Amino acid sequence: MRDVAIVGVGLTRFGERWNSGLKELMAEAGLAALEDASVSSRDVEMLYGGTMASGKFVGQEHTAALMADQLGFSNIPAVRIENACASGGSALRQGYIAVASGIHDVVVVGGVEKMTDVTASEATTALGGAGDQEWELFQGITFPGLYALIAKRHMFEYGTTEEQMASVAVKNHENACKNQFAQFRKSLTVDEVMRSKVVSDPLKLLDCSPISDGAAAVVLAPLETAKKYNDTPIKIMASAQASDTLRLADREKLTELKATKLAAQNAYKQAKVTAKDIDVVEVHDCFTIAEILAMEDLGIYQKGKAAKAIADGETALNGKVSVNTSGGLKGCGHPVGATGVKQAAEIVWQLRGEAKDRQVKDAEIGMTHNVGGSGATAVVHIYKRAD
Amino acid sequence: MERSSSSLWRKIRARYNLVGNVCENCSTAYFPPRIVCRKCGRKSKMEEKRFNGDGEIFSFTKIRVPPDTFKDEAPYFIGIIKLKEGPMVEGHIIDNGVEPEIGGKVRAQFRKMYVEGDEGLIYYHYKFEPL
Amino acid sequence: MAGIVGYGVHIPIYRIKVEDIAKVWSEDAESIKKGLNIREKSVPGKDEDAATIAVEAARRAIRHAGIDATELGALYAGSESHPYAVKPTATVVSAGIEAGNKLMVADLEFACKAGTAGMQMIMGLIDSGMIRYGMAIGTDTSQGRPGDALEYTASAGGAAFILGKDKNGIIANVVKTVSFTSDTPDFWRREGASFPSHGGRFTGEPGYFRHITGATKLLFEETGMKPSDFDYAVFHQPNGKFPKMVAAQLGFTEKQIERGLMTPIIGNTYSGSSLIGLAATLDVAKPGQKILVTSFGSGAGSDSFAIEVTDNIDSKRKNLEKVMDIVERHKTYIDYSAYLKNRGSIRKT
Repeated sequence: MRDVAIVGVGLTRFGERWNSGLKELMAEAGLAALEDASVSSRDVEMLYGGTMASGKFVGQEHTAALMADQLGFSNIPAVRIENACASGGSALRQGYIAVASGIHDVVVVGGVEKMTDVTASEATTALGGAGDQEWELFQGITFPGLYALIAKRHMFEYGTTEEQMASVAVKNHENACKNQFAQFRKSLTVDEVMRSKVVSDPLKLLDCSPISDGAAAVVLAPLETAKKYNDTPIKIMASAQASDTLRLADREKLTELKATKLAAQNAYKQAKVTAKDIDVVEVHDCFTIAEILAMEDLGIYQKGKAAKAIADGETALNGKVSVNTSGGLKGCGHPVGATGVKQAAEIVWQLRGEAKDRQVKDAEIGMTHNVGGSGATAVVHIYKRAD
Repeated sequence: MERSSSSLWRKIRARYNLVGNVCENCSTAYFPPRIVCRKCGRKSKMEEKRFNGDGEIFSFTKIRVPPDTFKDEAPYFIGIIKLKEGPMVEGHIIDNGVEPEIGGKVRAQFRKMYVEGDEGLIYYHYKFEPL
Repeated sequence: MAGIVGYGVHIPIYRIKVEDIAKVWSEDAESIKKGLNIREKSVPGKDEDAATIAVEAARRAIRHAGIDATELGALYAGSESHPYAVKPTATVVSAGIEAGNKLMVADLEFACKAGTAGMQMIMGLIDSGMIRYGMAIGTDTSQGRPGDALEYTASAGGAAFILGKDKNGIIANVVKTVSFTSDTPDFWRREGASFPSHGGRFTGEPGYFRHITGATKLLFEETGMKPSDFDYAVFHQPNGKFPKMVAAQLGFTEKQIERGLMTPIIGNTYSGSSLIGLAATLDVAKPGQKILVTSFGSGAGSDSFAIEVTDNIDSKRKNLEKVMDIVERHKTYIDYSAYLKNRGSIRKT
């Protein structure tokens, strides 16, 4: 196995991109990544594209070949990765494996979702496919509904409060204000979150990540030749993934995502670090309760302790650990297929020291955590500057 | 959504009467029924089992923003119900004036889940009623 | 002859008061309440229809009878509000109670007497030896045209009766049953029409009264019984007034019909009406007591039954959910706008 580095990253602005369709988004992010890595379209040997539900959102399947075509990658092999909201993170892991194995040298990992061409309820239905269709979506159980079931139980078992959950959104919006790619560059108060419309109690509209358009791309290369492309390659120290039941009711515990726990344990082992060593982390905050679960299941806080710590500001920018400096899914936006790749881009910028106003001081080790569905897939990567 | 004569028909026993199964090898009960026992894998020996529909609320929520197929039904309560025989089941909690609460006792009832317009099929299903 | 081995009733939890309907149409609630002898009626939930009501009633009947649903040889579902115009309610019910596949099943329609017609058919199958147990159901989510007099009474509910020949299981023997039938256009609903139409005052004398008295008198003739031989009587209850009047015409006292008169508190459950009245009566009846039941279905006809309670009735009550308990269970009042929403009467397109 070879060490793998990220040598280029690119992002589109996330949000309601009325002027851009799937192709425009792919091209914008892809080009930015190629430019960042100083590689030409002809250098790319393989493409992995993460897209969750382009068929439902815009009627387009076969999106990896489409992306390769749009970026002028001529006839290279291209594979779409669909793992619900973890499609991007899963694609990154496939790209990592392809380079680590020695089969390919330069691999592009893209992620894209164009979600705003459909109505909110159509989007809710499309995203519902990430759960168990026959026993969840069939009964009108939505994703906010599934996370609400988790949140209600978390509140019952650990005394987590709605205000604590709201503080996750407040923190992530604060970070998003400093991110030019973010959907919401606007700060929020706990009170505003609490007063927003109830979607599925206890979750309110401002506890939920938005419906977004956007794309992200990274360029991977073997670490040994990475400097050829970029002066500050970022080494992928660990790439881990785990699965769990699709149906929420089948989980061993409702208040934890076991897939996150297992992927994190595996990743720490690969990277030979512990949770304490992580300086900056992008976690999957599709709902505010999800960031609380992530902080616990990644081992950064004990079960039941994260909500208070977040509310106390421990995970704010340059806090004890900086969490979701990009604004997270909540503040930066959540074009589902793009999210996992965007998380990697954010960590790359942080570790290179290029995160501008939202730069975490002396960030050395970063982590990304991408979840599919209500926790049936979790992907964790750990990164370190390699120059 | 997966709605069709065939998809309705092949789930009738489970959806109407909570017919699941139990692995004879390890005695784990499952609803909905599974082909492979999660604990025993290839060694699983699944036998049909009908759950009687009694259980208690493990968690619940009221969905106010529904998928498009349920837009005329919202708001509605959804719960995770721990059946007396063990399995956890997601389902509607009927709004009968008894405010759902964690630990509250429920019983399965037979209700309409979804009606396909004026001309389509009617999908009947279990729902849980607070006692 | 075949007898009743178990029964079950289902009534939705929602009620609307006469006052709330009268207010919408600027009618005088007091005179309607007095005139029709009705206070409130049951209303189905948004997720209930004649099939769901039938399944709940049938499940209770199976529990009460203490038999396995697969022992049923026949199942007939009588209704004038079958959810499908084509596709039987009875197949939904047989699946809803896990009755298996080896049974005769059909839907019946005869306005408000489809349930008792089913009982007669089941009796024939049992007495001929074709089946051991059979279930007859009367179930409806009946509709009254908004603003029509029927709107005050047309309600939702159902009852399932299991009949059999098993001596140890029978709680009440059917001593005799007869019918009185004619072609009378008192009440009808054409294919595709949302609401029934009726002949106004014509529904009374040539419809309800002629057929109920016709069938009941025929039963007296054939059995040699008279009103005083019965402890209880149940007549079809389109409102709370007609059964009292027909009882008086036939020589029954108010006391005899009191127990089975459910319409004042739940409305007219159509195919369920006389069967729910019979169930409420059986809930309190003692061994040896005799019950007269005469249904009425527009169009028109009446089925009359002479029923005698057996010694088994007391011991079998341990698995019985009584009608009055079901009526009171989670009873929830709704107003007219919620009533319209429940019925899907609010147009969005």
